[in-house]
Amino acid sequence: MQTLAQLKKSLKNDLTGLPTVKLSIVGDTATQLLCTAIRGTGAIRGYNIDLFEAEYNQVERQFMDPTSDLYQFDADFIVVFQSTHKLGEHHSMLPQEQQAMLADERLQFVTTICTNPTLASKKIIYFNYPEIEDTVYGSYANKVESSFTFQMRKLNYELMKLSEQFPNLFICDIAGLQNKLGRDQMFAANVYTSTEMVLSIDALPYIASRVMDIVCAIKGQFKKCLILDLDNTVWGGVIGDDGLEGIQLGHGLGIGKAFTEFQMWVKKLKQRGIIICVASKNNEETAKEPFEKHPDMVLKLDDIAVFQANWETKVDNIRTIQQILNIGFDSMVFLDDNPFERNMVRENIPAITVPELPEDPAEYLEYLYSLNLFETASYSNLDKDRTKQYQVEAQRVSLSKTFTNEADFLKSLNMVSVVSGFTKFNTPRVAQLSQRSNQFNLRTVRYTVADIEALANDPNVIDLSFTLEDKFGDNGLIAVVIMKPLDKETLFVDTWFMSCRVLKRGMENFTLNTMVEKAKEAGYKKIIGEYLPTPKNKMVELHYPNLGFERVEGAETAQFELDVEAYKTKECYIVKK
Amino acid sequence: MDKNQFLADVQEIFRDVLDNEDIVITNETVADDIEEWDSLSHIQLIVAIEKHFHIKFNSKELMGWKTVGDMIDCISTK
Repeated sequence: MQTLAQLKKSLKNDLTGLPTVKLSIVGDTATQLLCTAIRGTGAIRGYNIDLFEAEYNQVERQFMDPTSDLYQFDADFIVVFQSTHKLGEHHSMLPQEQQAMLADERLQFVTTICTNPTLASKKIIYFNYPEIEDTVYGSYANKVESSFTFQMRKLNYELMKLSEQFPNLFICDIAGLQNKLGRDQMFAANVYTSTEMVLSIDALPYIASRVMDIVCAIKGQFKKCLILDLDNTVWGGVIGDDGLEGIQLGHGLGIGKAFTEFQMWVKKLKQRGIIICVASKNNEETAKEPFEKHPDMVLKLDDIAVFQANWETKVDNIRTIQQILNIGFDSMVFLDDNPFERNMVRENIPAITVPELPEDPAEYLEYLYSLNLFETASYSNLDKDRTKQYQVEAQRVSLSKTFTNEADFLKSLNMVSVVSGFTKFNTPRVAQLSQRSNQFNLRTVRYTVADIEALANDPNVIDLSFTLEDKFGDNGLIAVVIMKPLDKETLFVDTWFMSCRVLKRGMENFTLNTMVEKAKEAGYKKIIGEYLPTPKNKMVELHYPNLGFERVEGAETAQFELDVEAYKTKECYIVKK
Repeated sequence: MDKNQFLADVQEIFRDVLDNEDIVITNETVADDIEEWDSLSHIQLIVAIEKHFHIKFNSKELMGWKTVGDMIDCISTK
């Protein structure tokens, strides 16, 4: 972790070329240095944070007064930091019979913020409450509803439920951070007493990092894939030398427990939707043997999306994995116990994250916890099936090699697509895909669940989602189009993105056929599409011309138009359901 | 360590935290003499000094200093 001084220095670099993020901070204690830390962390992660800091201790006023500076500034992200100290102060002022209402009162305030229509499209990042154990009742406080301990814990629990309920509320778990760092490192009593700062100087970079983890995840920057070395990373020892019985795993041999628990963590990540891959210097058969035969292996071959075990370099194997998965290196994490391999990967693939694993495998997990590598801004149940989909993709790739004619191959897939508007069932996935899609994404507008719900309710918007199923399996929801009227005759394609898993299947043609059909039904004559370049979406630069759109001359951006009436339905081998 | 050595160390800390290599401090230096030395950077200076000398100031001491000399006197009692 950087120090506050390092974060401050990073602000001296020229940040003008970086994308700007508008962020407000409202707190009930001194937050100036926290602001510095957030701006510095933002700079390191490639964002120029345009920050508004509300005056000290004005949380309620800023939110309740519609003319306040907070509303004037109109930030996309609002960080709300109400401290445990001030909460405790409030608790001690209340008559005892009202103390049991403390959590409810605060939750009511948070609900007011979340339901404020002016803030509906904003992301509220709310700090939860690191516990202060006041020992007024000792452990007995757990039995006393009016105790501070009881109310504080209730508040933290109920905040989770609120954030489940309100898609625009994101809890920044600084209580969890305090569990990791320890209260004595999180808080400096002498500094607090003389300055009203409840966070120690050393804690600030960690807090800022957690805030930016959330901001980056919402902006679409997060990890999707974990690549594992095997020997001494997934199990103790070297399978090629020690053999199946000799490797350390489980509660029997050596430090096997450390590896078993590490595997349990990886398995949970897989179940959450992180793609797990293997890159190991081994014979493939030898490397797979523990997965198939060792009774203490938690990870099975089924859990691994791409298994690369051979004598190529790790760099080559990681590149192969990247090509199969078709995701950016910056969304990948590589874990290897060997410092030499780690450095080689870092040097050749700078975008990939390569944590500096501790020497002692017993320390792996606690170290990895401290990095918070897998922050996310959405979660859907479909995430669990992702590994299967990539395994299926590998099969599909091998089938396509047996056909000489592309059309014959596509026909043989028996593809079916379900077309639907946005519904409460597909909204989480639509929002998630809007945050994840980088390459096949024409305008890269990011939408949250709340945004998608608003679009679904807008009668002027034509919202389309597409699934794709074939004989190998169901890819689930893979493409989304949002069209908005510019005038009576013209529709503008606000959003068109597609998962790269279904490239080269004719899905673009199928999507456009559907778009034109919907446009005709609603009486539109023209569709205008726009391409906004990002570092990652060059793939679709010529998307519209390739589909027969004409370039709009004189437009400031790359815009293209299509005559709806003259459109000839494009050939594709996908059946609409 | 004598007080001159303390002063030299503290000067280095001032230069580092305030990010200004030209800062020169004496026992008589007060916050008004150094542009970057405000209440916010003061806290960063305190924490950096605590770390450097492996000491801890109490909150009364933090509030009581007027000059760099007061600071040095306090460090030398630890």
